[in-house]
Amino acid sequence: MVKSQKAVTNGLHTYRRPPLGRTLMQNKTLLLMCLPAIVFFFVFSYMPMPGAYIAFTNFQYNKGIWNSPFIGLQNFKFLFTSGQLGLLLRNTILYNLAFIVLGNVLQLLFAILLNEVQSKGFKKTTQSLMFLPYFISDVLVSLLVYNLLNYDYGFISNLVRNLGGEMPIVYQMPQAWPFIIVAVNLWKSTGYGTVVYFAAITSMDSSMMEAAQIDGANGFQRIRYITLPTLKPTVVILFLFAIGGILKGNFGLFYNLVGNNSILFNTTDIIETYVYRSMMNSFNFSQSSAVGLFQSVVGFFIVLGANAFVKKLDSDYALF
Amino acid sequence: MTTNSKAPAHVNHPTHVRLDTSDKIIRTVTYIFVGLFSLICVLPFWMIVASSFSSESAIRLTGFTLWPSEVSTYSYELLLRSPDQMIGAYVVTICLAVVGTAIGLFIISMTGYALQRKDFPYRNGIMFYIYFTSLFSAGLVPFYLLIVQTLNLRDSYFAILLPLLMSPWLIVLMKNFVKAIPHEITESGKIDGAGDFRIFYALVLPSLKPALATIGLFLALGYWNEWYYSSLFLTSQTEYRPLQYHLYNVINKVASLRNSVAGSNVTLTTELPSETLKMATAVLATGPIILLYPFVQKYFVAGLTVGSVKG
Repeated sequence: MVKSQKAVTNGLHTYRRPPLGRTLMQNKTLLLMCLPAIVFFFVFSYMPMPGAYIAFTNFQYNKGIWNSPFIGLQNFKFLFTSGQLGLLLRNTILYNLAFIVLGNVLQLLFAILLNEVQSKGFKKTTQSLMFLPYFISDVLVSLLVYNLLNYDYGFISNLVRNLGGEMPIVYQMPQAWPFIIVAVNLWKSTGYGTVVYFAAITSMDSSMMEAAQIDGANGFQRIRYITLPTLKPTVVILFLFAIGGILKGNFGLFYNLVGNNSILFNTTDIIETYVYRSMMNSFNFSQSSAVGLFQSVVGFFIVLGANAFVKKLDSDYALF
Repeated sequence: MTTNSKAPAHVNHPTHVRLDTSDKIIRTVTYIFVGLFSLICVLPFWMIVASSFSSESAIRLTGFTLWPSEVSTYSYELLLRSPDQMIGAYVVTICLAVVGTAIGLFIISMTGYALQRKDFPYRNGIMFYIYFTSLFSAGLVPFYLLIVQTLNLRDSYFAILLPLLMSPWLIVLMKNFVKAIPHEITESGKIDGAGDFRIFYALVLPSLKPALATIGLFLALGYWNEWYYSSLFLTSQTEYRPLQYHLYNVINKVASLRNSVAGSNVTLTTELPSETLKMATAVLATGPIILLYPFVQKYFVAGLTVGSVKG
């Protein structure tokens, strides 16, 4: 009867889609409840987006974004040909790979080990202590490292000297920093990840474990054949999402540890630190935003790819 | 006949299984590894505390040690003698944390509830609108120019308060918490004729207490540890910086601290202790977190578990 008014079929009934105005009115309270968040993300995330145009200009601060001269892809060209972008990508990706692989191995290891601990008190205390570094700011982390490695007064420096060794000036040794940064990152994040995996272990069906025990499976066998296989989906999915973020660096950690110590940049400069420095120190807004835009766009497609993988494995876990 | 205390354990407790060699190895390795790593996690903190109570000359002589060879509270006395900066930093940080956490919690829980309502036709669209911002961003430069040029918030505490109010991740986390609340609560409210906001405020919010605690703590921790937006948007024009940014400045510009302390009552002939001053500032800036940590840790664990197991 209804004359080609938008008819909607949902398989069972055909009904008229109510006019937009009425739907809005019916949901006005719920919409209003979402409004602050909508405004927030509009202002702080969507409003800056057109500003990415800076990457294609020779930005002059007093002229603003839209009046600065347009120079096409020159900023990108410079970043590619100078090798700067290549260096940043290499560092960012290699660090993240090290963080992801070593981090997950350690987190899994400690989660499994914690699960084997019988004493409740020991389990609770150690879990708390391991989780503690997650709570402190990267500013303090830099001080902790300084405390250990500072040439004149550092704890490790003195230890080496007391043992009769020669302590190099670590803050002038670019080749040492990949190890230091990876170690510090593991120190800070292992407790956090362990909590996640430990929760996954404790939520698994204990009847399987009991059955295995009664059947006489020893500790190694229980871990090998029950704990690890049960954790596999969680590991794979967390791993894929981590890969999705492979272009995103941990700015706070790198910037606080390295700062403006340019001797170390070759091995420690990641996308975020470069973007920050070239904007705040050298006021090169155009190149800074070109690197940032490159990171956003490529990173976006990497996340899409990772999500597609996750969707294939288990659509319940996919982001969208 | 006799009470056989040596009866095999599994006779009495069939589920208790004897320990074979591999179990023993695992157990030993476990206690050593876990114990050692936990120690590594806390020792650096201890070293900062120990160094802050050391005399500057002892550090010059022996470096940072696990126990001060000469105990001194001089650095703390110096900080107390001109406490303006420290007190100002505390006040700024606490105000930001309290105001930001309250506003953030209110908005996040409201949004999380609305987006979890199955009868809200726009929930998927709005969720995607929010989530998309974590997938793609314009980058730092346009954001910086937005704050500095468009909103004109340089040297304003709003430039720190606002960006930390919420994140897509926290809204998703809140949604997951709301999911666990029985749908009947909303239904019963509707039958009683309560409006959506009233249902949220009077019926749902009280049962969201654990979620509020968890997400509130994440927000508060974010404000407490904030130094990033401060370093972007607060220039030397701002007299009082948030604690961590104050610490950042002390670490990186001890010289400036020297001047600020020297400006007060310290005679210039006494050498100013730069190392111990850094450590004492760090202890004061981080102390409250470490002290509160044992009480709040379980809420963070709850958040990580809810947030990571299901996205």
